Amino acid sequence: MSYVIKGQDGPWELVIGLEVHAQVISRSKLFSGSATEFGAEPNSQVSFVDAAFPGMLPVINQECVAQAVRTGLGLDAQINLVSRFDRKNYFYADLPAGYQISQYAHPVVGGGHVEIELSDGSTRRIGVTRLHLEQDAGKSLHDQHPTKSYIDLNRSGIALMEIVSEPDLRTPEEAGAYLRKLRTILRYLGTCDGNMEEGSMRADVNVSVRRHGEPFRTRCEVKNVNSVRFVMQAIEAEAARQVEVWESGGTVEQETRLFDPARGETRSMRSKEDAHDYRYFPDPDLLPLVLDEAWVAGLRAELPELPDAKRARFVAKHGLSAYDAAVLVADQETAAFYETVAAGRDAKLAANWMMGDFFAALNRTGRSIGDSPVSAAALGQLLDLLADRTINGRIAKEVFEAMVETGEAPASIVENRGLRQVTDTGAIDRAVDSVLAANPDKLAEYRGGKDKLFGFFVGQVMKAMAGKGNPALVNDALRQRLSA
Amino acid sequence: MLTDLSLVEARDGLRRRAFSAAELTEAHLDAVAALNPRLNAFITVSADRARAQAVAADAKLAAGESGPLLGLPLAIKDLFCTEGVRTTAGSRILEPFVPPYESTVTANLLRDGAVFLGKANLDEFAMGSSNMTSAFGPVQNPWTRADGAALVPGGSSGGSCAAVAARMALGATATDTGGSIRQPASFCGIAGVKPTYGRCSRWGIVAFASSLDQAGPVARTVGDCAVMLGSMAGFDPRDSTSADRPVPDFAAACRRGVRGLRIGVPREYRSDAMPAEIEALWQQGLAWLRDGGAEIVDVSLPHTKYGLATYYIVAPAEASSNLARYDGVRFGRRVEGEDLTELYERTRAEGFGAEVRRRIMIGTYVLSAGYYDAYYLRAQKVRALILRDFTDAYAQVDALLTPTAPSAAFAQGDKMDDPVAMYLNDVFTVPASMAGVPGLSVPAGLDPQGLPLGLQVLGRPFDEETVFAVGAVLERAAGFRHLPAIRAGAPA
Repeated sequence: MSYVIKGQDGPWELVIGLEVHAQVISRSKLFSGSATEFGAEPNSQVSFVDAAFPGMLPVINQECVAQAVRTGLGLDAQINLVSRFDRKNYFYADLPAGYQISQYAHPVVGGGHVEIELSDGSTRRIGVTRLHLEQDAGKSLHDQHPTKSYIDLNRSGIALMEIVSEPDLRTPEEAGAYLRKLRTILRYLGTCDGNMEEGSMRADVNVSVRRHGEPFRTRCEVKNVNSVRFVMQAIEAEAARQVEVWESGGTVEQETRLFDPARGETRSMRSKEDAHDYRYFPDPDLLPLVLDEAWVAGLRAELPELPDAKRARFVAKHGLSAYDAAVLVADQETAAFYETVAAGRDAKLAANWMMGDFFAALNRTGRSIGDSPVSAAALGQLLDLLADRTINGRIAKEVFEAMVETGEAPASIVENRGLRQVTDTGAIDRAVDSVLAANPDKLAEYRGGKDKLFGFFVGQVMKAMAGKGNPALVNDALRQRLSA
Repeated sequence: MLTDLSLVEARDGLRRRAFSAAELTEAHLDAVAALNPRLNAFITVSADRARAQAVAADAKLAAGESGPLLGLPLAIKDLFCTEGVRTTAGSRILEPFVPPYESTVTANLLRDGAVFLGKANLDEFAMGSSNMTSAFGPVQNPWTRADGAALVPGGSSGGSCAAVAARMALGATATDTGGSIRQPASFCGIAGVKPTYGRCSRWGIVAFASSLDQAGPVARTVGDCAVMLGSMAGFDPRDSTSADRPVPDFAAACRRGVRGLRIGVPREYRSDAMPAEIEALWQQGLAWLRDGGAEIVDVSLPHTKYGLATYYIVAPAEASSNLARYDGVRFGRRVEGEDLTELYERTRAEGFGAEVRRRIMIGTYVLSAGYYDAYYLRAQKVRALILRDFTDAYAQVDALLTPTAPSAAFAQGDKMDDPVAMYLNDVFTVPASMAGVPGLSVPAGLDPQGLPLGLQVLGRPFDEETVFAVGAVLERAAGFRHLPAIRAGAPA
């Protein structure tokens, strides 16, 4: 807990909790059959239920419930076999019914947790208070017409999971790590695509500051922050603002604020006095949500291996460092790619290649693992050529770059370009002889005790062999001749 | 006259080809044309549609088909959304609203061949016991009093009941939230059934209080109601609160009799304030059932006295939320404003009548922070006790018999200055609504002024069959043959 804000009168620590709204991956909405595709024509995915026409009634979508339960299981959380939907009442133009159906008093998922990894290699367990299902609202567009607002109800009624953390986070870095880890888990589970730029994952950030050892002070909620970076920036900005308020003798008022990334500051959206009275009450159109224990057990049995388990396995089975393992499991596709490369091969070498040349190539080409220029199978073949000594490590890098450029298979690159490693000791001996003959002065120095020149001779021999000499054999041959 | 036939008689006549559906429909449209200017029972008359439906029904009848309601003209309470036919809920805010969908209940009726004459008037958003709150003007009861005062038909299904009583329709759909089927049926001298909550789908019915609203039929005989309910009822996957149970043969249940049944008399429904004629009618009803072979048992429903107070917390709470969607943004009436808040305020101030506004305010109040526990939460607890009262009673008896309403129809304008006096109309009907149990009102006699009075039969959840059996016995014993002064074919 090294992160503090150095105030005028001593350090302040941060207390942070996150409410993450994660859009559920499902073909249809939480209470209607409308489609949920992103980017469709405005108001093209709206049923009479979504538009709250008279007499329309909600019917729960079982797939959305399954997704929430899967997520709960993935957060190692309590699954509540009986939960309930409430109405949260408020008026807004993009809230057609005048209420949002949400789970206020009895959420479907109770307490769980997320393990986060920090840059210093340490890990922390962050509590998850609850996860509940709720409907999204529509979208108001205020900039399409000089005097009118436009309403797009495509999003209206789409299922969201609100995942509420305990106020366990203490630094912007931890908040970022929590969000990233949560996103990884959701993506592993296939319950949310985690695309913050499309709005399918958004965070409300609760921030307060306090002196070490104090109870919590008043918090402010920064609404609807839509990237990990902005969440971290918003926390810093809001915490700094609160420290300034306290230190100047003021009082932080509980309120809802917005983060302005351009100015790097938060500003008040509505104060406690203006806070809505949401008049929550159980939605009489819906029966309590009662889950069958066996159904939940079935979902549990079908869960994929989650990042923490996979990381532990990579460390235990493949002998990877905790860091390398964490990087490789951060994305499910990357982990699967790695496992394909590593299967039946030197797993650490496979990891080194992934972490080094392979990721560098992805970065350079701006490609993702999904459309990588080099397939897992091809990278594996390259490692095989290394393992059976067809090529040496230096040539392997050259072959890899050619693979990135041409998409050709490594074996054909090696053949076509004549990159096969030379293991013919006669050829090596001839190269050694010619290098020694060409550098009599260096040879004399070496013999005079300048041992470091051994490397020079290796380099010259490899150069004479166009890099293809087997490094071990070249070393052996040189050592033999120099000691003769 | 064709308009004097009961629904079952008309059905049989069509099957015998004694007359055509077109003739039957035309006779009713004539009655509507003649009487509606006076009674205001219909907000919208869909004559052309009705004629087309009748022609289609005749074609089917000619082809030997026989849907349960084939060719039978009905009135539809204007709370049921009807595809392509304006649906107002009796409110200015929905005055221009034409639904692009058909409610499940009316779709079931159409499936079974019914002809829809039009949309029946009602209290605005079904909030009322007099039909005085309709934005389309009050409905007049076809029954008249010696003093000549225009009487209310009861509410909220006042238009439905007036239309059926005046022989403008063979039957009508209605809805009951706290008594809105049974009380107007009693006031208009016809039969009405509120089935068990969940028996009929609420999909496509404009919501008042979702946990209480239930559709049911009104008609001139108990047997007619049984036929209609058989078509209206059934599981609907689009309504999460609809019951996935088979629909029994209600018409057959009407022939069961009451021999061996135990009929409960809830002692809490007695009061010194009860008019003597109602007390007398009640005793008469019990005697009829005893004569039919039933055993009469005194029972207690100890939380009855809290029924009305609880209802007037729960129903407005749900209504305040259900009516939030009428905001002028997507459908219905809009009154423009400088900004969104002003648009809301103007639209809702001009769109809603006084009673609806009152209930929205009460509902908003009882749900608000700081009052929720004292009102809404406590009301839900009392509601559970009321349900337990019924459950306990039904451990001893098969059905209950009570008066339907504490009085006969009153004059238009009465009780208008005192909402609580108005609410007291529902004192006998509300507890069953709160418990979700089925109820029926059957006309059983007249008060000294010659106005009809109903008796109420309440049954176990999803045991409408016993309710029909008891109701049919009362109907036969009462032999209620009185006619309202204003009716099709009567001298003007």
